[in-house]
Amino acid sequence: MSKAIVATTSLAGCFGCHMSLLDIDEKILDLIELVEFNKSPIDDIKTFTKECDIGIIEGGCCNSENVHILKEFRKNCKTLVVMGECAIMGGLPALRNNVVSISECLEEAYLNCVSVQANDEKIIPNDDELPLILDRVYPCHEIVKIDYFLPGCAPRADLIWNALVALITGNEMDLPYEVIKFD
Amino acid sequence: MNKITITINNKKIVTESGKSVLEIAKENGIFIPTLCNYEGIAPQSSCRVCTCVIDGRKMTACTTLAKDKMNIETNTEELEEIRSVIVELLFAEGNHFCPSCEKSGNCELQALAYRFKMMVPQFPYDFPARDVDAVNPKIMIDHNRCILCKRCIRRKKEPENPTWFVFENRGNKLKINLDHELTADMDDELAQKAMDTCPVGAIIRKEKGFDVPIGSRKYDSKPIGSDIEDQGGAV
Amino acid sequence: MGNKQSLNSRSHNKCSCNGDDLELILGKYNNDPKRLMDVLIHIQTQCGCISDLAVKDIAEAFNMSKVDVVQTISFYHFLSQEPRGEYTVYLNDSAVAKMKGRDKIAQVFEKVAGTKFGSVSKDGKIGLFNTSCIGMNDQEPSAIINRRVFTNLTEVDVERIVKSMKEGLDVNDIKGRDPVPNILLKGPILKNEGNITDALKKAISISPDEVIEEVKQSKLRGRGGAGFPTALKWRTCRDTKSEKRYIFCNADEGEPGTFKDRVILTERPRLLFTGMTIAGYAVGSDEGILYLRFEYKFMEQYLENILSKMRKDGSLGKNILGKKGFNFDIRIQFGGGAYVCGEESALLESAEGKRGEPRDKPPYPVVKGYLQHPTVVNNVETLCCVARIIQKGVKWYCSVGTKDSTGSKLLSISGDCKRPGVYEIACGTTINDVNKMVGAEDVQAVQVGGPSGVCVAPIDFDHKLAYEDLATGGSIIIIGNKRDLLKDIVLNFTEFFLEESCGSCVPCRAMTNQYKKKLEKIIRGNGVAKDLEQMLSWEKVMKANRCGLGQTAANPITCSIRNFRELYESKLKTATDFVSEFDLEAAVQEYCKTANRIPNLGGDHE
Ligand SMILES: Cc1cc2nc3c(=O)[nH]c(=O)nc-3n(C[C@H](O)[C@H](O)[C@H](O)COP(=O)(O)O)c2cc1C
Ligand code: SF4
Ligand code: SF4
Ligand code: SF4
Ligand code: FES
Repeated sequence: MSKAIVATTSLAGCFGCHMSLLDIDEKILDLIELVEFNKSPIDDIKTFTKECDIGIIEGGCCNSENVHILKEFRKNCKTLVVMGECAIMGGLPALRNNVVSISECLEEAYLNCVSVQANDEKIIPNDDELPLILDRVYPCHEIVKIDYFLPGCAPRADLIWNALVALITGNEMDLPYEVIKFD
Repeated sequence: MNKITITINNKKIVTESGKSVLEIAKENGIFIPTLCNYEGIAPQSSCRVCTCVIDGRKMTACTTLAKDKMNIETNTEELEEIRSVIVELLFAEGNHFCPSCEKSGNCELQALAYRFKMMVPQFPYDFPARDVDAVNPKIMIDHNRCILCKRCIRRKKEPENPTWFVFENRGNKLKINLDHELTADMDDELAQKAMDTCPVGAIIRKEKGFDVPIGSRKYDSKPIGSDIEDQGGAV
Repeated sequence: MGNKQSLNSRSHNKCSCNGDDLELILGKYNNDPKRLMDVLIHIQTQCGCISDLAVKDIAEAFNMSKVDVVQTISFYHFLSQEPRGEYTVYLNDSAVAKMKGRDKIAQVFEKVAGTKFGSVSKDGKIGLFNTSCIGMNDQEPSAIINRRVFTNLTEVDVERIVKSMKEGLDVNDIKGRDPVPNILLKGPILKNEGNITDALKKAISISPDEVIEEVKQSKLRGRGGAGFPTALKWRTCRDTKSEKRYIFCNADEGEPGTFKDRVILTERPRLLFTGMTIAGYAVGSDEGILYLRFEYKFMEQYLENILSKMRKDGSLGKNILGKKGFNFDIRIQFGGGAYVCGEESALLESAEGKRGEPRDKPPYPVVKGYLQHPTVVNNVETLCCVARIIQKGVKWYCSVGTKDSTGSKLLSISGDCKRPGVYEIACGTTINDVNKMVGAEDVQAVQVGGPSGVCVAPIDFDHKLAYEDLATGGSIIIIGNKRDLLKDIVLNFTEFFLEESCGSCVPCRAMTNQYKKKLEKIIRGNGVAKDLEQMLSWEKVMKANRCGLGQTAANPITCSIRNFRELYESKLKTATDFVSEFDLEAAVQEYCKTANRIPNLGGDHE
């Protein structure tokens, strides 16, 4: 069987899901047998070099770059899987969604907060190189079609493993009680 | 008390009258999911999660008293779908950031979602603008997580008469409200009681929380309802 | 009818209802916490709001918490803690009002009054508010101003009315059109034949059981929508052991498009009160309560006068018409503006001074109703039918209608037709017949039974209005071909349910919102085929709601998907199964403005 080609990325997440992905002990050797990584922080490949079978996304979308990468993934991956609460419902970054507007948020962070000391020009970071921040944090499936969801913060390593194996082998996914958790 | 015979999921059960379908099911090792029901508080159906087919009609198990010859189905495919859709609705309706919630692992809503294997709600999230009421010195009300089950309201009675907890508004503007003057000197015991009454993390004791490590919380390793099912006779 | 009674307009909007004043008001309602609704309505109409001070005093007097008083206030549309203005304008925003141009009228109100809907003008004089159907669909656009109803509003009317309000005229002295009955077809109920006191005489000359038997023979079924056999309801109530029983007349008439009860109340009130009295005799009750929607407050004095007359001539009170031991009297209980209070158990909760949340059933009201006593709740028209059945006999009554649906049915017909109004038809009349009768041409759909009923397509116009076919509480809305069915009708109805849900049940509260969001997506042209299947599959969840409101709240959508599928399909995106409504440009706008940046989204962002 030829290896499945997998790409991964972390959008507005904390990298915890990726840590969990790698937290499969000796199974990591089996993983290497099963898959070949393409674009991913794991192997530091920065751009897609071929069409992938599976794309795995961590994190939701809080800025224009996240949106751009997510759409790239949708274009280049046959199956798109999101992992983690942030990708599924915004997660901790989305705590701002229903509390303050982005302008209030930025003004507090860069202008008004007591710990702001050296911003005499009253600048909110606006370098052209910076991604543009979105009005709220968006779950991935509000932006592109997502095929599978793996909840958890971070998702249990076994959940990610079981999902990958199921996707690659085409078998039904094993879902014991312990692996579905939201925290 | 009269002896009655009812049928639950094709199994004949002899019991006494005066009990709800939910209670009888429980006594016989049949778990019917609930959210708004709480032992010791008069039931008032609102979550609709315990909906069963009783003599051909959809009725809530928590509020329906068993009668002789009643025929009850608790677990048809349709009922199970209804239940999981309701749970999904609640996740989309409020702001449930489980990773940062004190109740996580002990929360009945979350536990049902685990039991139903909910990976993501089929509904778009509302992200409603809701606030946290932290006026009371002992407890806070986090409206983001409130599922409006009315358990806190219905628990009233002694020693808190007049009513502490109430509803405000209606429809999808409905929310819980607390009388701040009457509850100003709430003691720890009542605060704990209020928190325990709440199925989710909407009533939280201040200065306390996250005291049970992940792995040993109520629903970490065994699904909600398994205590009932384990006591045997599951149908 | 005598519409010109004084509706003393408020002279100020600072609430003075506390202290001595409040004591008087409480005294009027026997210092009884169960009469909280009356107290609140009294204060609201007198002061334009229920101030914090009033809340505090009421709470003290009734030994309740303040939040407990507030939870009742906040349930009802016409009760408010904030001042609603010296003149409060409630402009109907139902679907038919919109068809008849209420949006333009609203604009004129806002322009001349100088304030937006949902707020009060700066000087506190004029408050503008939207409201659900006010029972005037045949005379739209209409508004309630300080309890008086102004119908058939034109832009010129609005300018004049606002000018008069600014000048401080008493609302009764403002020039405007009052409601008219618009009875366009009379049948057995509405034809004013004979002396209605005869019905009462006849009833008390036979035994209560015999009265119930007569009603049973007539096969009368409830006219409020559910169609429950009236005699069976009465029988159960009578057979339930109790010291006390109650008769409630349900005059909440909240189903958008219904106004036939209003017409009965103003044109045949004696018929109704006689029906209630006969019901009282039959089930063994000495107290009748007319639960009247707040929108009909304008008829309060008129109805009170009729009740006084009936007391004077011995048709109400003690030993009625000389029948020893038969005592019965009627009082009016107002609602506070909540469609769900038309549901019988919610109605009773409301009458007990609480939020109008429907109860769990069983027990049904006939067993455990008002103040836990056995209670009959009947629709206005049902009780009128009873009076006629007793007056003229079962045979006479059954000569009209079909085998399963005896008698006549009052219809409130409105929308795109030449002759809107009240029609008393024989049960079994077809929709085609109705369309001809009212001058409806070019019809796209007919909404039978209001938003909770069915949206009937032309191929089904040969169906009959009868319990065995299309059951209706009486609302018929004709929707012409030019209307945008989804936006103007289906969305409006869905929003109505969302607004009127009591909020208790999860599916009713949360799913209706999801239905609305999905419908809006389809209307924007972003729906996909799966959306329709999903909305149909949610229906079973809605059927698990506690009361009829939630059980039918999805009907506007599911019924129109079934009967107008091509219309929905024409709006769907067919080449895909996923459409994102995410708009990157819009999403970055606020940040760019705050940080002073020009959006550089680049070409690769589609
Ligand atoms: C949401 C809702 C609103 C209702 N509104 C009314 C109403 O305005 N008038 C009415 O007579 N019945 C209404 N009903 C029906 C009543 O619950 C009840 O069935 C009726 O008053 C019984 O009277 P009947 O048997 O004479 O029809 C409503 C029901 C529901 C669920
Ligand atoms: S209340 Fe329950 S479901 Fe909601 S965030 Fe807390 S743990 Fe999660
Ligand atoms: S605060 Fe808790 S107990 Fe009270 S209604 Fe909300 S979820 Fe239920
Ligand atoms: S169905 Fe809706 S209106 Fe009826 S009780 Fe439930 S929430 Fe209230
Ligand atoms: S537990 Fe029965 S309705 Fe909520």
